[in-house]
Amino acid sequence: MLRVLALASVVLLGIAPEGSQAISIYTGWERHALVGSDIRLSCSFFSWRFVSDDVSFSWSYRPDGSRESIAIAHYAGGEPYTDNKGPFKDRVEFVGNPKNRDGSILLKNLDLNDNGTFTCDAKNPPDIVGRPSSVRLLVFEQLPIQAGVITGAIIGVVLGLLVLIVVIYYLMRFLVARRVFSLSVSKHGKKKKEGSQQRQGPAPPADPSKVKAAASEKKKLESRKDKK
Amino acid sequence: MLLILLGVLVFHLIVLILLIVSTASSTWTVATGVHTDLWYNCKSDDQGYHCLNASNEDWIQAVQALMILSVIFCFTSLIAFLYQLFRLVKGGRFYFTSIFQLFASVFVMCAAIIYTVMRPESDKQYGYAYVLAWVAFPLSLISGLVYLVLRKKD
Repeated sequence: MLRVLALASVVLLGIAPEGSQAISIYTGWERHALVGSDIRLSCSFFSWRFVSDDVSFSWSYRPDGSRESIAIAHYAGGEPYTDNKGPFKDRVEFVGNPKNRDGSILLKNLDLNDNGTFTCDAKNPPDIVGRPSSVRLLVFEQLPIQAGVITGAIIGVVLGLLVLIVVIYYLMRFLVARRVFSLSVSKHGKKKKEGSQQRQGPAPPADPSKVKAAASEKKKLESRKDKK
Repeated sequence: MLLILLGVLVFHLIVLILLIVSTASSTWTVATGVHTDLWYNCKSDDQGYHCLNASNEDWIQAVQALMILSVIFCFTSLIAFLYQLFRLVKGGRFYFTSIFQLFASVFVMCAAIIYTVMRPESDKQYGYAYVLAWVAFPLSLISGLVYLVLRKKD
């Protein structure tokens, strides 16, 4: 039953009316990387149609400060094509899975000159109307520390230690008080047993008073510690 | 006795205000028309008054954290003082208040030392917030020691 439903929904999605929705392309917003490292730029799309056999991905690169872009990677007809003449010669590799709507590329051995904007354009015929999406790449020699990270870490650790110490202190107080209470109760319990073996008369009325004495001892202990 | 308690409370409030002003005001270093650290680098020239976020270096973040912690601990010590004022047994000492105030003093000292040592060499002068931090350190130390010695007599 579930299978029939799933199949029906997929078929319905496949015959969605033409021209009602456009293809939506998603990339990251900004990526940071270190000089010499590799980075994977992801690109995926959403389309109301099945992934066709003619799906194509097109990556282009515009350096910072330049107004022209140059193509660096292309996937079409089931085959990936990468830069063999331009700034990313032999440094870019197509690592996406087009059947899964993934058109990611891998840039290797980054350099400070690679700062710029990378644009991904995906087409899923007949769904070709869409806005290409761009991701900005920033290459650093050293990754800068973000504002407030160390501040927050120091404050968090100190306050956490404080809370921990307070909790442990109250726990110790509670445990010690409970042990003293149970010791005194067991002592009075033993005396009560001995008393009942010798004579069985006045044992019960003595009990609540002894329990009360133990309770007041515990209270005295707590109030003594309250002085601090 | 009431007079002593009032005086101690006023002293504590003065220390708290000094710490808050020193932490919040971005004037640890000043020059003509410029004041920087801990939070903003501000410049006023004929185009107006512009502020940028202060640099994200690790030592500035450490100074920020220590100043914030000192304010928190001083405030907590004030709350503890008011609490212990009403709940302490006669003849008891204000231990919690004293401990928190001494911690606040230690944190201000660390923050001021780190700032003094790590500040890059320049011809800029130290601003009033820096001076207030150094003033707050001995005052909070004295306040903490006073609480250690004070005994509740009411």
